[in-house]
Amino acid sequence: MKLNLRVWRQQTPDAPGAMVTYEVDGVSRDMSFLEMLDTLNEDLIVRGEEPVAFDHDCREGICGACSLVINGEAHGPERTTACQLHMRSFRDGDTIDVEPWRAAAFPVVKDLVVDRSAFDRIIQAGGYITAPTGSAPEAHATAVPKPDADRAFEHAECIGCGACVAACPNGSAMLFTSAKVNHLGALPQGSPERETRVLDMVAAMDDEGFGGCTLTGECATACPKGIPLPSITAMNREWLRALRKGRAARD
Amino acid sequence: MTAHAPDHGTATMSDTYAHYTTGEPLADTKAPSGPIADRWDRRRFEARLVNPANRRKQTVIVVGTGLAGGAAGATLAEQGYRVVQFCYSDSPRRAHSIAAQGGINAAKNYRNDGDSVHRLFYDTVKGGDFRARESNVHRLAQISVEIIDQCVAQGVPFAREYGGLLDTRSFGGVQVSRTFYARGQTGQQLLLGAYQALSRQIAAGGVEMHARTEMLDLVVADGRARGIVARDLVTGRITTHFADAVVLATGGYGNVFYLSTNAMNSNATAVWRAHRRGAYFANPCFTQIHPTCIPRTGDHQSKLTLMSESLRNDGRIWVPKAKGDTRPPHRIPEAERDYYLERIYPSFGNLVPRDIASRAAKNVCDEGRGVGPGGQGVYLDFADAIRRMGRDKVAEKYGNLFEMYERITAEDPYEVPMRIYPAVHYTMGGLWVDYDLQTTVPGLFAIGEANFSDHGANRLGASALMQGLADGYFVLPATINDYLARHPAQDPVDDTHPQAAAALRETRDRLDRLLHTDGDRTPDSFHREIGELMWEHCGMARNDAGLRTALARIPQIRQEFWRRVKVPGSGTQLNQSLEKANRIVDYLELAELMCLDALHRTESCGGHFREESQTPDGEAARRDDEFSYAAAWQFRGTGKPPVLHREDLAFEYVHPTQRSYA
Repeated sequence: MKLNLRVWRQQTPDAPGAMVTYEVDGVSRDMSFLEMLDTLNEDLIVRGEEPVAFDHDCREGICGACSLVINGEAHGPERTTACQLHMRSFRDGDTIDVEPWRAAAFPVVKDLVVDRSAFDRIIQAGGYITAPTGSAPEAHATAVPKPDADRAFEHAECIGCGACVAACPNGSAMLFTSAKVNHLGALPQGSPERETRVLDMVAAMDDEGFGGCTLTGECATACPKGIPLPSITAMNREWLRALRKGRAARD
Repeated sequence: MTAHAPDHGTATMSDTYAHYTTGEPLADTKAPSGPIADRWDRRRFEARLVNPANRRKQTVIVVGTGLAGGAAGATLAEQGYRVVQFCYSDSPRRAHSIAAQGGINAAKNYRNDGDSVHRLFYDTVKGGDFRARESNVHRLAQISVEIIDQCVAQGVPFAREYGGLLDTRSFGGVQVSRTFYARGQTGQQLLLGAYQALSRQIAAGGVEMHARTEMLDLVVADGRARGIVARDLVTGRITTHFADAVVLATGGYGNVFYLSTNAMNSNATAVWRAHRRGAYFANPCFTQIHPTCIPRTGDHQSKLTLMSESLRNDGRIWVPKAKGDTRPPHRIPEAERDYYLERIYPSFGNLVPRDIASRAAKNVCDEGRGVGPGGQGVYLDFADAIRRMGRDKVAEKYGNLFEMYERITAEDPYEVPMRIYPAVHYTMGGLWVDYDLQTTVPGLFAIGEANFSDHGANRLGASALMQGLADGYFVLPATINDYLARHPAQDPVDDTHPQAAAALRETRDRLDRLLHTDGDRTPDSFHREIGELMWEHCGMARNDAGLRTALARIPQIRQEFWRRVKVPGSGTQLNQSLEKANRIVDYLELAELMCLDALHRTESCGGHFREESQTPDGEAARRDDEFSYAAAWQFRGTGKPPVLHREDLAFEYVHPTQRSYA
């Protein structure tokens, strides 16, 4: 296949960026999208040009490093990560736009690479269970009903890629934050810190400059791991509950 | 069989690198004696402690944030040490432990199927083909039960049964069901547990985290590891960081082979630079080739994807009985299929250890019975499992793996058998460490896949997660106390220290040279070249002539690299070509040591199969009289023959036998 790529190029965080057109020839249907970009980059290096910078690592759809907006959609046309998107989803002669995540809280570092450290800071605000090493009781001491364990797992699948933020017209991180709140909140081990967790994580999310949620649902559609939209409403309930409980305790 | 003469067997070797010399034997002086079940308790008691008030005065550098590094950083900070931690990714949550699918072993015996700490210990020593230390492996088996408790407390959503208790499954090389799992994403869930514990410590100020920062050298000052040279991958700034001890948790070196199941950025630079600074490298030729990976589709292939070995629980592996049978699988009648693992190994069947399953696949493909493009594949068939359990049950157990397979190959494994082929997956070799996980450089520790300690010549499935977390949560935090207690107030080191200044200068010079060579070949083209050479001659089967060919070729590739490599861009901003090229510099040296180690070990054991040393049935033939040792290599200069130090292995509890899975 022969493709026309229009790729966002930006030297540094402060430099202006622009879409640059490249022609890529000899693309096989079996290539992943990133392998297609590898081909482009090999050509660019030989020509003495700087290759396109993009984040990637495991190329198995689990590390969450890849972060490409392809033809206007986070991770492209299939519901998966860009590394698991294959060129058989495109046709010979296609023009494909490749851009970085666009969100105020994810500034561009270079080309298609963005800074997602805001996500780490949301987790640092409370996305954990306080269980220092060595203090754990026997694993079978607390039974966890299978539906609860399954619900926790469903939310724990989040890979922290940021597609939800990139897809949201408001640049909101509600789906990401709610995934962690609901994962830990579904388990008995996570319940002692339930209230502080949701309050602190939501506050951190707001501080990082993510937008508010208007329930457009783009996030859940873009999520490569299928974190469901009701995760957000569940978090809102948690948050209100924690707020009321805190107020009651103060009164 | 060729004659074995490790001390002076260099007479016929034309290349100088193979003229290695043999130095003093190496001994693990930290391992306690006495009954094996008491040794870990004894060591913990005898190890000195650091007063809590003094801990905050001591700094530990941890490089890497995978299971081992993430767990170690979090735990050391909980103990009160000041931790400075590094990872090359944009977030500590992306370390490649995240991609482990299958599960984590623990001797809980929840199934009442005869499991015990001793059985896990026995299985691991045997699975490793008697090339691991008994003391280490027993400790690992003991700690395994605590790991599950710890992870459950952190909120790791393991699979559970309807009664609310933890589910387990069986894995290759064992006959009990001791593998805990979280669907096909166990590594992800365990890593997020460690990442969350680490995040808590970052927020509390106990860990100073440097993401997108790569270690490029080790600073050894006055005989002790005192810091690292690291490059901020965004600004390009190369700086030193100093501490009282340095912990490497930087994973394995499988990417030497170019195509492997490792992440694209996994690399050997940290361990190789430490090796160059004095840390011995043990058993570099022990690499694991995983049997169930998706075959490559073409030259564009950038990495290989593994399918969890747990698939072998219910999938049946076969090839056509006849050579060159190109009929589609459903047209090949039952009688004309060869379920070769079930035929050759009736008691373990499809669940033989990884090295055996991989070699068997290679053998049938070499016979011309392989399937798929280029005949480089075998079938993994779920038709029987679907008939027996129903499609829904199969989907519940393996759904996400089937989905992943279909996404990559565009074939539906519910309808058409999967095609699989072995691929490089894990490296058992690594930096030599003693029982305390300390390398031969005082103050430098290596944990997880970065060290060589627990898996011998072959790792059993679901044991990598166990070892990473055992080292990170439990072993290192106990043993490092002893070192720090003995070196309480070290003289501060800064950039003016001659060894720090030298490490900084050498790193800057190396990167400058890469940026200014301005040749005509991409870094990746060299990576492919060395990788293909290694796969051909130091892969699933090795022999004297092939290894010598590789040893003759590697210095030439190295020369060519420094003449022809082209790295565009500058060193003062994000430059992924520069990162890549710098990692290849180290692969081009490490590859040479791997080949030499494979050449010198003229026996077959575990993942190291020397064609000259096999039983009449074609199984690996170990030679315990000559090779019951770990080979620890000392660096003497690029391309210069290294010095071999042997650590003899003693087996008091598990008597070495020829492994049999028939």
